[in-house]
Amino acid sequence: MKMSQSPWMLHYDGSSCNGCDIEVLASTTPVYDLERFGIINTGDPKHADIFLITGGINYQNRSVVQQLYSQMPDPKVVVAVGICACDGGIFKDCYNILGGVDKVIPVDVYVPGCAARPESIIDGVVRALDLLEIKRDRMRRGLSPEEQGWAIANINEGRTGKAVRKRDESVSGGNKA
Amino acid sequence: MQIIEFLIFFPFVIAAILYLLGNSERVYPVRKFIVKGAAFLIMAAVIYLAVRVLRGQMVRTYLEKADTANDFVMAGELFLMCLVTFYSFRFRKILAALLSWIGTIPILWLELSGRAAEGTDHFKFDNLTVLMCLVVGIVGGFITIYAIGYIKDYHLRHPKFPERSNWFLAMLFVFLGAMFGLLFSDNLGWIYFFWEITSVCSFLLIGYNREKESIENSFKALWMNLLGGDAFMAGILYASLALHVGTLSDLQQVDNRAVPGVMIVVSLLAFAALTKSAQLPFNGWLLGAMVAPTPTSALLHSATMVKAGVYLLIRLAPLMQGTLTGVMVTLIGGFTFFAASLMAIATSDGKRVLAHSTVSNLGLIVACAGVGRPESVWAGTMLILFHAVSKSLMFMTVGAVENASGSRNIEDMHGLIVKLPRLAVVMIIGICGMYLAPFGMLVAKWAALKSYIDSGAVWLVLFLVFGTASTSFYWGKWLGKIFAVIHKSQALKDTTHNGEWQALYPLAAMVIAMCFGFPLISNYIVQPVLNQMFHTEVEPVIGGSDIAVMLLMLILVATLPVAGGIISRNRRGITDQNTRSYMSGINAGDDRHFLNAYGDAQPLYMANWYMIDLIGELKIMKPCLAIAAGILVIMLTIIIGGAI
Amino acid sequence: MLQSVLLGFIFFLLAPVCGAIISGADRFLGARMQRRQGPTIVQPFYDLYKFFQKKAYIVNGLQDFLVIGHLMFVMLSGWIIYAGQDILLAVFSLTLAEMFLCLAAFSASAPYSNMSAQRELLQMTCTEPMLLLMAIGFYLHAGSFLVSDMVLGKMPAIVSCPGMFAGFLIILVIELRKSPFDVSSSHHAHQEMVKGITTDISGKLMGWVELAEWNEIFLMFTFVGLFFVCSNPWSILWAILAGAGAMFLMTLIDNTFPRVKWERMLTIVWSSTFIFAGGNLLVLMLLKG
Repeated sequence: MKMSQSPWMLHYDGSSCNGCDIEVLASTTPVYDLERFGIINTGDPKHADIFLITGGINYQNRSVVQQLYSQMPDPKVVVAVGICACDGGIFKDCYNILGGVDKVIPVDVYVPGCAARPESIIDGVVRALDLLEIKRDRMRRGLSPEEQGWAIANINEGRTGKAVRKRDESVSGGNKA
Repeated sequence: MQIIEFLIFFPFVIAAILYLLGNSERVYPVRKFIVKGAAFLIMAAVIYLAVRVLRGQMVRTYLEKADTANDFVMAGELFLMCLVTFYSFRFRKILAALLSWIGTIPILWLELSGRAAEGTDHFKFDNLTVLMCLVVGIVGGFITIYAIGYIKDYHLRHPKFPERSNWFLAMLFVFLGAMFGLLFSDNLGWIYFFWEITSVCSFLLIGYNREKESIENSFKALWMNLLGGDAFMAGILYASLALHVGTLSDLQQVDNRAVPGVMIVVSLLAFAALTKSAQLPFNGWLLGAMVAPTPTSALLHSATMVKAGVYLLIRLAPLMQGTLTGVMVTLIGGFTFFAASLMAIATSDGKRVLAHSTVSNLGLIVACAGVGRPESVWAGTMLILFHAVSKSLMFMTVGAVENASGSRNIEDMHGLIVKLPRLAVVMIIGICGMYLAPFGMLVAKWAALKSYIDSGAVWLVLFLVFGTASTSFYWGKWLGKIFAVIHKSQALKDTTHNGEWQALYPLAAMVIAMCFGFPLISNYIVQPVLNQMFHTEVEPVIGGSDIAVMLLMLILVATLPVAGGIISRNRRGITDQNTRSYMSGINAGDDRHFLNAYGDAQPLYMANWYMIDLIGELKIMKPCLAIAAGILVIMLTIIIGGAI
Repeated sequence: MLQSVLLGFIFFLLAPVCGAIISGADRFLGARMQRRQGPTIVQPFYDLYKFFQKKAYIVNGLQDFLVIGHLMFVMLSGWIIYAGQDILLAVFSLTLAEMFLCLAAFSASAPYSNMSAQRELLQMTCTEPMLLLMAIGFYLHAGSFLVSDMVLGKMPAIVSCPGMFAGFLIILVIELRKSPFDVSSSHHAHQEMVKGITTDISGKLMGWVELAEWNEIFLMFTFVGLFFVCSNPWSILWAILAGAGAMFLMTLIDNTFPRVKWERMLTIVWSSTFIFAGGNLLVLMLLKG
């Protein structure tokens, strides 16, 4: 039995234009039917395994994203959906935008597109599942689930969490799976 | 038998001593010593009595000739009447005085004209008396012990009230003495005398503060109880003049099919009992009694006053079985159980919730008595026992919480398990004892349900199932408030006195012990009561395998906290990390604030659910009173008209 | 005695398997009703396995013991039924179990958990009269509260308690947390209460809650079956068929109705209990007396 047969998903809308969100919802419709993989779109970080984020990170939602991430029990994966979530997209240079999701939390899978198509979202999620297995195995061996230590300072306080990125790029995108 | 005289007179003597000692810092230690000594002596006496009676399983009657005592009782009744008249003229509440005259003068006439039917003996005791004595003596004793520490704190917190604590403590003991007198008396006139003492005494205790509100409420209690007393008087009058019956035990011997008039007496006495037990439409006085200091409410609600009413009903239970009077009593009781539990949902004041719950539980007991079958009487007696212990524990804990935190509102008890852990645990035990499955009240409810079905009372069954559901709602949300764990919150200073703990711990231990020991209680204390009452060997109400399952549940509940402790110690087995609660990602870090749109921490307030718009007191109290009053009037008219 | 104790253990074997299958079948059927492929029928097992692979982030030290209490008492009420003991005690034990879950949510002192726990209490208030009346119906039918006496009756209980059965089907919607009465927590995504009463329960602890839910589901369908079982061994087949029918009905209702507000839930459930079960009770008592 694999734990990736039951991935539950938390969908968070950052500062997106809602285009990608529509596509995420579209993937749960009968046409695409995410649930056939056992995926449930839950609203609760404490039950979720996959953190699906659309839209970039701004100063307002930075702490929210970090807190939600910190409340998801390990092992967990983060999927950035859409080009804004990947690196800020067309909003990248706005005064209020920090950039992509990886500015504040570690991202495992980048799904590009504007908006990302349901097929590619599903593909991204399914790739994330393999990463989930890898992280679980790492935990079983007594290692930290994340390959390289991400330290999110002060995450429980939620206000001024700062992410420090020191991470091996090769893992992201699920190439190792 | 000296022990009876001891139990009746000793509290009065102690009361006199306490009153005469007065109030000054100097007498406090002496007073403490006297109260504790007296309370323990009373407890020892009732236990001694209980052991003797339970081992011998006997019914005894005493005091055949008691002319001096009779004169004494008459003088006492006259004194009570004068007292009530004095107070009602002083506070311009003439209604009370009128009711008191109506109640006393005919009785005096009856006695003086020599028309009073003479029974044989004035005192009688059997197993039911002993059971009630245990409740009054032990629970009441603990309440007086608790009262010493409480009343001191009470006056510290309310400096505007005049300190009359000597008088207060004295009244508590008078109350106990009157209760013992009521329980031991068999002569209806004597029962009436003690009955009136408790009425007047509760009036004086409720009005302790001499505030406007407490005076209003004390007169409410007085007139309602005096009205009941008048019905009692009418019952005695009819019994003496028409039936030539002067004692309760003679009344029980009368065959209600041969002498239909006996049902008039029973109905009138039942009416008196309904007022005393604060059934709808007379629940107002019990709710009003909340203004008094907590020991008063604990004493009135759990051990004494209201129990006097149900005691009388249980005595009359075999007579009521299958009669219209029984229907009246069960209807009122069942309806009260349901309506009061609904009102309790919409109440946030802790003591008021307890008051509603007392009314509601008494409704259940009253209904049990009205059904009058052996199982229902079993359930009623069990309910009396469990209710007395759990409810007094709840009252005293709420009082202690109020003294420590300054509020008795359930909303303010959020996180009590962190703020005042010791009191919280005691309170949890009390609440569980009131309604949760393996604990006492539910055992009794099980039997009550069975007997209601067997008696064929559809309405009663429906009242019971719906009432049980709403009961678990209001207790459940109270329990939830206590259980909420708030992080980083400071524990409050526990100002509870040692004396208060000396009452709380034993009572909490008693709740638990009674849960485990209920088969024993049933066998050795309640079953003999049934056998005497129904003059046959009544089959055990609760069967072997049921007891086994109930004990299994109890053991599970008892082991859970232990298991929880082990789990918490080896937390790594199940849980790995503490995290903050989910607040849509804007938890400000302490579970008590969230970040608002400006990025500032904003406090969070979680209220319980009261449904005031749907079932608030303002909304449903009046219709309920009207319905209950309607039932009472119509049924009484039918019964009395039918019998005449 | 020993025999009945052992019979009770059948529940511990059957409940997790059957409960999970029922819950999986519900998801499968629901998906088909929405013209989706949906997950496989064994999906709940995957979910449970997943929960036990995850870490549990707790919000306080009370939660784990309350959750385990919940599981234990759900199992106990199942055991009571299968051991042929008093059905009323099973109902009481189930109430206690629900209370533990509510307390686990209350103890989080968190907005969503707290609100859902209150709603859960309301749901209990809605269901309890019907559960008790069901037990009373069985009592009037079989003359005893003991399940062992009920299943050996000549006629199945449905003959004398059709009203009770109708009322029970309505509260079954609440017990299975199905729309329109899923006010405290739901299986569907995007509800106003996040994940309701389990919002602040995670990882392995959530696994225990899930396991308890399977037990509860199976227990509920056992109640459905009890209406149909009698001394004839073939009646067990009828009971299973009735359970399957009830399950299909529940899935259909779940996929047809929108969630109602709590006032409507209370009025609908209490009045239907009063009319169906109360009426049935009245008739039974009249026939008896």
